[in-house]
Amino acid sequence: MTIKDLTNLLQGKELYVEEPDRTIESGYAGDLLSFVMGRAPSGCAWFTVMTNINICAVAVLADIAVIVVCEGCEVDENVIAKARQQGINIISTELDIFGAIKKIDAG
Amino acid sequence: MDAIHLEYDVDGKNFVSAGSATESVKAQLKGLGINPADVRRVAIAMYEGEINMVIHANGGKAMVDIFMDKVIVKLIDTGKGIPDIEQAMKPGFSTADEDVRNLGFGAGMGLPNMKKYADECIIESEVGKGTTVTLITNFS
Repeated sequence: MTIKDLTNLLQGKELYVEEPDRTIESGYAGDLLSFVMGRAPSGCAWFTVMTNINICAVAVLADIAVIVVCEGCEVDENVIAKARQQGINIISTELDIFGAIKKIDAG
Repeated sequence: MDAIHLEYDVDGKNFVSAGSATESVKAQLKGLGINPADVRRVAIAMYEGEINMVIHANGGKAMVDIFMDKVIVKLIDTGKGIPDIEQAMKPGFSTADEDVRNLGFGAGMGLPNMKKYADECIIESEVGKGTTVTLITNFS
């Protein structure tokens, strides 16, 4: 599944997507950044409700393919600016984390 | 290749710039063509150390030496020190305050992650004087 496919499936909004055709290799859900750093596999879609600027650093350093901000949580312009500057793909969806993952599982 | 030496000042309590030293090191290693899995290991371990300096020590210095076969990251602070290193290494143990936890840090995974991802993680600390963490990652 590509980032574009995922965005469509989740009826998501592209906050910044540099690589719409990048393949998502796996997924990880969580909000505790050290857990995400330590356990999210590289190339994954990361489902979270965290929206502070540190999500960008985590995504870059852990090689996360796309951040999926769930529950329609508002993402500040400075976070999107940082994503743009660092080439991080970030989308948002109104679905909660469980709902988003269920949707992927159902295809 | 001679060793490449890099130095960074890490700003204490600044969660906006936190991680910028690690991001710079990651970019350097990537530019040198180091195996991405190794770059990722260095980045994760160093980021945890950098965040710890921001949270607990009012910042500090990061010194990085890149060799042909390994990278040595030294994170030096003059913060309050760690009274019980063994306890601090336990997953889930944390002394971070509520504000830090609200940002998604302080889950007590920082030191365990450093140990997991670096090949060697040496912690020297003296209460009231500061902490030096040395992370050695060998390239595969």
